[in-house]
Amino acid sequence: MNPALARIFLASLGRRRLATALSLVAIALGVALGLAVQLIHTAALDEFGRGMRLVSGEADLQVLGPRDGFGDDLYVSLAQRPEIAEASPILEIEVRLPGREDTLRIFGIDVFRAAAMQSALMPAAQTPAPAAADGGADGEANRDANRDAYGDANGDANGDGDGDGADAEAAGPDRGATPFAALAADALFLSPAARAALALGPGQTLAVQVGTREEVLRVAGSVPAAGVGQRLAVMDIAAAQHVFERVGRITRVDLRLVPGTDPRRAQAALRGVLPPGVELLAPEATESQAAGLSRAYRVNLTMLAAIALLTGGFLVFSTQLLSVVRRRQELAFLRALGLDRRAMLGGLLAEGGVLGLVGGVFGVALGYALGALAVAVVGGDLGAGYFEGVRPQLRFEPLASAAYLGLGVVAGLAGAAMPAREAARLMPARALHAGDEAEVFRSRPRWHAALACLALAAVSCLAPPVGAVPVFGYAAIALILAGAVLVLPGVVRLVMAVRHERRGFLVRLGFARLAAAPGQAVVAAAGVVASVALAAAMAIMVSSFRGSVDDWLSKVLPADLYLRASPSGASGFLTPQTVARIGEIPGIAQAQPVRFDTLRLDDAHLPVTLIARPVADGARIPLVAGAIAPEPERSGDRSAWISEAMADLFGLRVGDPLTLPLGSRERPFRVAGIWRDYARQNGAVVIELADYRALTGDERTNDVAIHLAADARPADVSAALVSALDARTIEIQTPGAIRTRTLAIFDRTFLVTYAMEAVAVLIGLFGISTSFAALATARRKEFGMLRHLGVTRAEIGRLLALEGALSAAVGVIVGLASGGAIALVLVEVVNRQSFHWSMDLRVPVAALAAFAVALVLLAAFAARLAGRHAMRQSAVLAVREDW
Amino acid sequence: MLALRELGKGFGTTAPRPLFSDVALTLSAGECVAIMGESGVGKSTLLNCIAGLEPVDHGSIRLDGVELTELDDDAFARLRRHRYGFVFQAFHVLPHLTVMQNVALPLWLLDRPNREARQRATAMLARVGLAGRGGDWPRHLSGGELQRVAIARALVHEPALVLADEPTGNLDPQRAGEILDLLLDCIRSAGASGIIVTHSRTAAARTDRILRLTADGLDAEALAR
Repeated sequence: MNPALARIFLASLGRRRLATALSLVAIALGVALGLAVQLIHTAALDEFGRGMRLVSGEADLQVLGPRDGFGDDLYVSLAQRPEIAEASPILEIEVRLPGREDTLRIFGIDVFRAAAMQSALMPAAQTPAPAAADGGADGEANRDANRDAYGDANGDANGDGDGDGADAEAAGPDRGATPFAALAADALFLSPAARAALALGPGQTLAVQVGTREEVLRVAGSVPAAGVGQRLAVMDIAAAQHVFERVGRITRVDLRLVPGTDPRRAQAALRGVLPPGVELLAPEATESQAAGLSRAYRVNLTMLAAIALLTGGFLVFSTQLLSVVRRRQELAFLRALGLDRRAMLGGLLAEGGVLGLVGGVFGVALGYALGALAVAVVGGDLGAGYFEGVRPQLRFEPLASAAYLGLGVVAGLAGAAMPAREAARLMPARALHAGDEAEVFRSRPRWHAALACLALAAVSCLAPPVGAVPVFGYAAIALILAGAVLVLPGVVRLVMAVRHERRGFLVRLGFARLAAAPGQAVVAAAGVVASVALAAAMAIMVSSFRGSVDDWLSKVLPADLYLRASPSGASGFLTPQTVARIGEIPGIAQAQPVRFDTLRLDDAHLPVTLIARPVADGARIPLVAGAIAPEPERSGDRSAWISEAMADLFGLRVGDPLTLPLGSRERPFRVAGIWRDYARQNGAVVIELADYRALTGDERTNDVAIHLAADARPADVSAALVSALDARTIEIQTPGAIRTRTLAIFDRTFLVTYAMEAVAVLIGLFGISTSFAALATARRKEFGMLRHLGVTRAEIGRLLALEGALSAAVGVIVGLASGGAIALVLVEVVNRQSFHWSMDLRVPVAALAAFAVALVLLAAFAARLAGRHAMRQSAVLAVREDW
Repeated sequence: MLALRELGKGFGTTAPRPLFSDVALTLSAGECVAIMGESGVGKSTLLNCIAGLEPVDHGSIRLDGVELTELDDDAFARLRRHRYGFVFQAFHVLPHLTVMQNVALPLWLLDRPNREARQRATAMLARVGLAGRGGDWPRHLSGGELQRVAIARALVHEPALVLADEPTGNLDPQRAGEILDLLLDCIRSAGASGIIVTHSRTAAARTDRILRLTADGLDAEALAR
């Protein structure tokens, strides 16, 4: 386009500064949210993947079993196979740190094997700094006792066995250290991140929990290659087996094949020697399975950001449409002078493109800032708990930045497209005629198109997920939003048909205007519809989810007290003797032990959680299908109750046979029921504790559900438990405290969602504000005439507020209705397909009503405020302009 | 009915320059006058001052004995809705209201019941020759018809004073004559007074008096009928 002509178009952006600024902010926010989510997830996944690659090193294949591990004789037989060049055994334990909330991942490695396979995990011995040697004094005696028990020959190998380190200048690599330093029975090597988190230096001690005992380990050095993002520790595998009472057990074997071996053939041959419940996987498969777990959550957040950007696009649409209306005669004049349609279209699209580009540039910059802030405040998993212990570092991502900048431009162009087409179509002769602009706002109802969108949305809901992502669910949401916008003109007409003739002048005038020009309300309400729909949908979904989680908690927490030795995956456990002692404490009527483990059912899924509980003895399961008592004809097999996620992931139904690898053998079970589980996304199975013990011989317990006698007080029994056991190695909680904590975690998970929702609503309000600012300016002659007829400034303000409220009310009504429909899709399709969670629909009526009223009032205020400028303008001057 | 005394108005804020001063006029009930003058002399501004839409610098405006320059903005607005009617050069018929709604607008402002508003607007439309056109949209009307709607709107609430600023400026001479006759006829038959600002001597000649506005005030011109 001719530069002079381009200036004519682009100068229009400068003339309407408020609308331009708000459009820029809206696009920038949409781009920033999307990019921030993308950056954080990329960084978190990179760091997570790096962590996984770090621990798998150069392995071609990995042998993985349940969390409790498998016999280390498998390692011996694998190492001797002709296909295997190197094999490295690993014992990975999530270790509870007594008196602390967090846990530490400790890798027990064979340093001689790991040197060749997992070089990044190689420990480096360090001598303690003089000050550091005094730390952890309470652990000294224990440490010595431990060394005595395990033999101190290796403990002194690096010369710091006496723990004083008096002659060392400072902590640093010990040049005299040998690999034998790592073999010390109590030597623990911390990654830089773990060292920072635990604030421990060489020579200091760390208490770890084993069962309900405390063991003390000595920080003997670091894992320098682990990098700053990985919180882990390394120790000798034999020492780890001994300290954590896992003698003869390992959790993983990393294998490197003989060069030239066909990996598939080797995999097939090796599978034959694996016991049930132990799988052979390529490290990439493990990584992608683990990353896939968070995919649905990541896609969900990206979709939210997309809706924020969509709302920004609506804002560009409304401001551009209004600008085109206002410049109708100017544009007609240009056409009359000989500007062709294509140039007109190009000029107006360029306005949208420039808005998108500038908004996009700001958005990208803001995206990096928001990303850094979010990582600092809520963490790399954005509070969802997927990447705990991972500290991602945001990096400049040129591709993602360019893509989001491009999306900003697309939003700007898309928003400008329809108004530009409308302007390019205008007949110059008619447009030059006064009053023609009213034509633009005579938008007609599009019931058929709207119904078609809604029907298509309903059909999309029936489609299955694509790669565990509910693609069609999201398509249904987009279709509902499109249908909602299409239905707006019709709804405006219906609302305006309400009898209002007996009401005051302002109501009559406002209704008459919107009834004759529903397009005005449509333009103002379009952005509100998208943001209200999103906010209402999320509110209904979160309320349903939270209510269901609350109900679920009351069903899964029927006891009066819960005692646990550690989180289910960690190193603490209770022996049968301890459980028996608990049962004998006065005031306790019943103590029901619970054992947790993980089971690998195949190599295509992540392990499922095994929960062994005394089901027949009254342990409750929140069933959604099936029954606690198996039907007589099926009673031949043992009963298993599977979670909804497991039913979905493995395609199981009540009555189906199920094989569980327990005690190194395949054991037949039958699905007796399906239960609701909001805690484990990759599936869980409950079996009878007695069955578990009979099949595995494992008598250990993780949790105990304690039912009190009728006259016992929880506080007294807690005190008795603490005095009977070591308070640092157990946790006693009431169901109320667990519920409070769980719901706090739930709320934290949705924190980012709430923030994004607020942004979308804010952008919707911008829409109302800019629409009315533009309309008020375009209508200054009308206001001038009304002032001549005797309408006061305050009345014009009230008229604007009324029209703003009416437009917003229509947007809110349609937004709430479509939000309800979207909530249904979220609950029944998106959540079900993403996380395999069902929930009971709960509509927070009072909160939504308050939100709706607040939004209408805010819109009225925004419209009134936006019209202030036009009201100030002299009415006298306005009527002199040609209408 | 209307009395202007020593009315003066300047423009500009930092160093105001006088636009007109010492304007005096007495208008009897039922009388229609035309105000002529060169472009930029302040004819429209004088109308705006009379209507309370622009403040005067000094002088007095009395309507039926009430001093209007002492009224605040809102009080003047309420006075306008009862006592004033306006006809503009550019019609200013609201495009999103029907012809009937446009005419009924001043009655809506006075909170007249809808039935009454409809009856009076219908009668007024018949009076200006637009019987049966109440349901039409303004975009379907010609310039002359739009000005008829504007005249109907200016008189439907029976104002005491009608102010018309170049009411025929957008019309061809033949249509202009018809419209001005209609306007004056309506004003006179309603018993109202009228002030018509115009550049057209032919149009001015149809009024009772012609006054010429200069920087020093209003001078009477001989009627050239």
